[in-house]
Amino acid sequence: MKQVKNRNFASKLLVLGTVFLFTFFNTLAQETAEAPATEAEAQPEAAAQASSIGDVAAGEKLFKSLCAACHKRYKKAVGPALFGVADKYDREWIYKWVKNSAELIASGDPQAVKIWEEYNKVSMNAFPQLSNTDIDNILAYVMEPKPEPTAAAVTTTQTTGGGGVSSDVILGVLAVVFLMLVIVLYLVNKTLRSFAVANNIELPESPQRTPLWKAFVQNQFLVLVSAIILLLASGYFVYGYFMQVGIDQGYAPVQPIHYSHRIHAGENQIECKYCHSSARVSKHSGIPSLNVCMNCHKSIAEVAEGTATEEYSKEFYDGEIQKLYKAVGWDPAAQAYTGETQPVKWVRIHNLPDFAYFNHSQHVSVAGVECQTCHGPVEEMEIMYQNAPLTMGWCINCHRETNVNVADNEYYEKIHKELSKKYGVEQFTAADMGGLECGKCHY
Amino acid sequence: MSSNKKYWKSVEELNQDSSIVETLQQNEFVQEIPTDEFLGDKSSLEKSSTTRRDFLKYVGFSTAAATLAACEGPVKKSIPYVVQPERIVPGVANYYATTIADGYDFASVLIKTREGRPIKVENNDLATTNGSANARVHASVLSLYDITRLQGPKKEGKDISWADLDKEVADKLKAVGGKQIVLLTQTFASPSTSRLIEEFKGKYPNVKHVVYDAVSSSEALDAYEKMYGERALADYDFSKVNTIVSVGADFLGDWQGGGYDSGYAKGRIPQNGKMSKHIQFESNLSLTGANADKRVAVTPTDQKKILSALYAYVTGAGSKSTLDPNLDSEVVKAAKQIQKAGKNAVVVSGVQDVDAQLVVLAINKAIASKAFNADTPRMIRQGNAKAVAQLVKDMNAGKVGGLLVAGVNPMYSLPNVDAFKSGMEKVSVSVAFSMHMDETAEACQYVATTQHYLESWGDVQFKKGSYSLMQPTIRPLFDTRQFQDTLLKWTGNQTAYVDYIKDTWSGVLGNISWSKALHDGVLVKPVMAKQELTDALAATEGEQTNEGEAMVASSEPNVAAAARRLSTAKSNGMELTLYTKTSLGDGQQASNPWLQEMPDPITRASWDNYLLVSRADAEKLGLMNENVANGALNGSYATVTVNGTSVTVPVIIQPGQAKGTVGLALGYGKKKGLKEEMQVGVNAYPLYQDFNNVQDVTVKAAEGVHEFACVQLHNTLMGRGDIVKETTLEIFNTKDKHDWNSIPEVSKNHIEYEVTSPEVDLWDEFDRSVGHHFNLSIDLNACTGCGACVIACHAENNVPVVGKDEVRKSRDMHWLRIDRYYSSQETFEGDDTKKDNIAGLGSSLSEFGEMESASDNPQVVFQPVMCQHCNHAPCETVCPVAASSHGRQGQNHMAYNRCVGTRYCANNCPYKVRRFNWFLYNQNDEFDYHMNNDLGRMVINPDVTVRSRGVMEKCSMCMQMTQKTILDAKREGREIKDGEFKTACSAACSSGAIVFGDINDKESKVAKLKEDDRMYHLLEHVGTKPNVMYQTKVRNTSEA
Repeated sequence: MKQVKNRNFASKLLVLGTVFLFTFFNTLAQETAEAPATEAEAQPEAAAQASSIGDVAAGEKLFKSLCAACHKRYKKAVGPALFGVADKYDREWIYKWVKNSAELIASGDPQAVKIWEEYNKVSMNAFPQLSNTDIDNILAYVMEPKPEPTAAAVTTTQTTGGGGVSSDVILGVLAVVFLMLVIVLYLVNKTLRSFAVANNIELPESPQRTPLWKAFVQNQFLVLVSAIILLLASGYFVYGYFMQVGIDQGYAPVQPIHYSHRIHAGENQIECKYCHSSARVSKHSGIPSLNVCMNCHKSIAEVAEGTATEEYSKEFYDGEIQKLYKAVGWDPAAQAYTGETQPVKWVRIHNLPDFAYFNHSQHVSVAGVECQTCHGPVEEMEIMYQNAPLTMGWCINCHRETNVNVADNEYYEKIHKELSKKYGVEQFTAADMGGLECGKCHY
Repeated sequence: MSSNKKYWKSVEELNQDSSIVETLQQNEFVQEIPTDEFLGDKSSLEKSSTTRRDFLKYVGFSTAAATLAACEGPVKKSIPYVVQPERIVPGVANYYATTIADGYDFASVLIKTREGRPIKVENNDLATTNGSANARVHASVLSLYDITRLQGPKKEGKDISWADLDKEVADKLKAVGGKQIVLLTQTFASPSTSRLIEEFKGKYPNVKHVVYDAVSSSEALDAYEKMYGERALADYDFSKVNTIVSVGADFLGDWQGGGYDSGYAKGRIPQNGKMSKHIQFESNLSLTGANADKRVAVTPTDQKKILSALYAYVTGAGSKSTLDPNLDSEVVKAAKQIQKAGKNAVVVSGVQDVDAQLVVLAINKAIASKAFNADTPRMIRQGNAKAVAQLVKDMNAGKVGGLLVAGVNPMYSLPNVDAFKSGMEKVSVSVAFSMHMDETAEACQYVATTQHYLESWGDVQFKKGSYSLMQPTIRPLFDTRQFQDTLLKWTGNQTAYVDYIKDTWSGVLGNISWSKALHDGVLVKPVMAKQELTDALAATEGEQTNEGEAMVASSEPNVAAAARRLSTAKSNGMELTLYTKTSLGDGQQASNPWLQEMPDPITRASWDNYLLVSRADAEKLGLMNENVANGALNGSYATVTVNGTSVTVPVIIQPGQAKGTVGLALGYGKKKGLKEEMQVGVNAYPLYQDFNNVQDVTVKAAEGVHEFACVQLHNTLMGRGDIVKETTLEIFNTKDKHDWNSIPEVSKNHIEYEVTSPEVDLWDEFDRSVGHHFNLSIDLNACTGCGACVIACHAENNVPVVGKDEVRKSRDMHWLRIDRYYSSQETFEGDDTKKDNIAGLGSSLSEFGEMESASDNPQVVFQPVMCQHCNHAPCETVCPVAASSHGRQGQNHMAYNRCVGTRYCANNCPYKVRRFNWFLYNQNDEFDYHMNNDLGRMVINPDVTVRSRGVMEKCSMCMQMTQKTILDAKREGREIKDGEFKTACSAACSSGAIVFGDINDKESKVAKLKEDDRMYHLLEHVGTKPNVMYQTKVRNTSEA
């Protein structure tokens, strides 16, 4: 008796749950459907007016190649912010300054000396190769007023893209319809029954059959077979569970600084080994020290508008850069190091056990294996995760399949000759070279 | 059907109405269980809502939760540098040249550092002098990470800041008035320190500098001064001569600063049918005596007489021999050898007597020995025994106001500690410059804590013209300051010591840059060589064997008198010779577990010092050694008395010990500033009276039995020539290889085959023609048994220290051991003959029994044994889990993570080189050595796994090193040159006995050694085809 009661309760719960789930999905779907509509209303604003003289596009190109290392348009960097510079100074003076500032300072020009002294007596590089037109172009670019934040909306709509109704919405609507049908059917059934009771109509009794579970219990063969299948299946899953203990494929811990490989290696196409330089010569790939970050981030204090995604706003990314500044002890206002540093405690993702020896330089420098072969599409990873299982089987498989890169390496010359004579092949794998021996990785 | 039989526990139960039984039945526990004690007070327990069931639920839940949590890996943090130093790449080792100069050991070394931590000491190949590190120098890197080091300056045992210390000491030094301020220091041999001490003398009036060597060479210094007008030590180069006669000089050990083994070993390898001849007269069986072609066991008194006789025979001057005829004939033979060799001979002596040293110098001068260069005397011993004795007198007389003790521990190592102690009480200010709270530091008011040499700057002049620089390889671990920096402060000089050195060196360097000198670590400046000039002249005049005799020192009229005095030397009763062990030396590094566990090369005992007694004397005195059932060695105690001072020490009966003499090692028995585990042995310094290493003693048996940790018993080879093969130079030169180094044969179908033939092989041969095939060759002629390789192996491979008790149970973990064998006859050859002549049951029963004990003056041979890396390895076939497998480069691999610890492999290994981890030796309080604390673990090599309990381990042929060499070559895209492949032992071996390389490179040294006639494999008849080979030992028995 008790059991039946429970089952009733359970089925009720199930039905309730389904109803709740469907309604929830429905509203969600509606919301997402509405979002693009409102955003689409925003109109792209006209680009800011071009400066009186000079070609903005050409200027932008020159600015990015020559000036951007030290200057920003709207913010002080190593050198001063350049917006408004054409109004502040005489154009002829600017030509002279850009072409050879040191000369100007040496000549005792009071304006030049003032700037020089303001910036710790560091004179700007000379650019004698620039013509006056070039400088005009650059000035045209830097005199562009700062775009209004509304422009951000334009870019986001573009990236979100996709008008029309998403498949989720259709599914949601269908589910609602289906639910309504179920409810209607239930209500109709209920009403008919109550009518029948009211009218004293006898409902046809269904014949009493043995319940399915009873029939199942009575069939001993079936019980035996299913028990065996159940045991095997559970054995399979238990084995699977235990074999993945210690394998952290997909491990993506939260890091103290949200560092996006997608932005660095993907969008900006920074070579992996620029930061992980020790991968070339050492067994460790090395987590770059913070001074490496500062090579670029000295002048990149905030991300571009376009970098922000739905998930992570520009403010979020800028905040992360501030964390870096705090750790390395950089004062962006004074453009100087304070000397107060706090090492960043990254969470290590790829953990090989102590008894396994792995050497990055062997794979990266000698074999020329791409980083992505083991680490996966790092350039797409917003949050770094472990791509490969890092099991011994995974290592061994690769050693069996990968040919040794013997080209242009004098070390292999003799061995290659001997091996190709012995096996009669031109190419041989790491396994042929002894890459499967225990002692090569365990000592 | 159960019976109704009633069992009763006490008679009382039979009494039906007993109240006691009733109570007892109700009450299981007679006394009330003191639940309150562990469950707190009753009221709070009653208030608690936790029932027993709840409690069990919590236990169950937390167990389950813990189990589940254990399935998840721990979060590991990875912390990069904020600003990475330019030269440090994580995972890549950096090497820095520096110099050890601790007052006892002086050597130019390279320090391997990983991520800024020094982890290993290597030889500095650029050094032409003192470039070979001995076992102690190799182990010195561990002393850097000693947990018992002082971590800051102290005042009367309490912490004090450096500023306060500087101020207080300066004030007190100024206040001593007219009294002396004495600097009692070790030998620094440092030009900058000497300059600094002169400056200090200028700052304070009445400063006196006393140099004190715990183990003195004062007499040799005095003799040299008399002869050449300079207080220094004679410099010998044994590689330049072919005849060496040593009278009591353990020059392969620590004699006069040591470092002679590489030069000696060069002449020991037979080349073109020639090798050097080495005759040794000595009382204790020393490392040098064990390596000699001819060793004569004599008492120290006889050694003096021998020198006198030798002088007479070689130079023709001097008095008549006073020796007994048997001994005299040996001396005559030696003299003949010297005369035959002429300037290609050298005589050295360890007899601590000015006369004896004078005579030696005179003999070498007379024969114009090539080995001896008077222009470049050694500066690494400067201690003055007389000055130290005077200091103790002055202190007791109240003449000394301030005492600054640097680098020495007189309260431990002075024979007259009590006098020094009472003197200390009369000194108004005393400062110890020490790394530990040792005996002296405890007795001083202030401890200006110094730092290890790997944290310090310095410079050393080993000998005239040979300089070496010391640079820090790590920032100071603690709040310490090196002696020189402190002294600079107290002198009022604001320069840092490094700048001070640069200033000193500006004159020395000439046109060499400071950076270059620092990089090389060594600098040799040509000294105006008078000797070379005369040599060159002599050479043009043509060889004249006896020309030296004509030159005999009319300039030194006192030599003849000295020789006469020597010839009348007398002794009274037993003679004790105090010596130092290659492991502990003068005892400075007593808290170094590697050195404590390193077995003595001769006795093979670790963690102890002991009285060495000859068998005859032991029987007379009733002293015993016995092997107990588990194979360990026990010995009786003896009381040794010198002038009323006596110590009780355990006894080892030493074959080869001269009758009427005993030996005892210094450097043990330190009690202060080191862990209890390291406080082993007996302090022998109280017997070192007047700094004389020879003392007349009385020896008496004492109560008790001592348990030794001896890794090898005093067994002989029993004529088993296939373990150590040995022959004489004569046979080697004249006979065919088959006669003295034959390969064992087996019979198949009544045909004899050599065991190496594939015809009789049970196994299929691997194809090793492609790539590298590593082989290791050990030359038994060049191996002096010094043990540097043992320590280098420890450091490279994270070999744990197991402690005395475990060593006694034969559970030592040394991957590389140096076996020592004695001959049971006078020679090993005699053993073979005796064994071959045994016929019949009666003869075999008696004569095999006789062969078990070593001869009274046995021949000795050292054989380093590590995993032989058999091509047909017996260990591999028996491993049930394939943890032991073979690599095609010749190495026998051991996968620790695969091993389940069945120990089948160790049982099946014919060489007994596999070691089992009976316990977890790291982070285990039961093994409180360096691996039990964070500081000590800094020495661990990150490229080698630290093994855990239950795992078998063994020599890997330094797989990590060969792999690194290969990888470097691959990265640079080049072939590997011979000499690039190294193991820790081959790199540490300064005598060139251990050579490692690739035999597939036919031009390599090791490939040639493999084809050498002397080459053989250990237990060749077993058919294991090892990749380690040995070179037959050849003894030069030729007579003049």
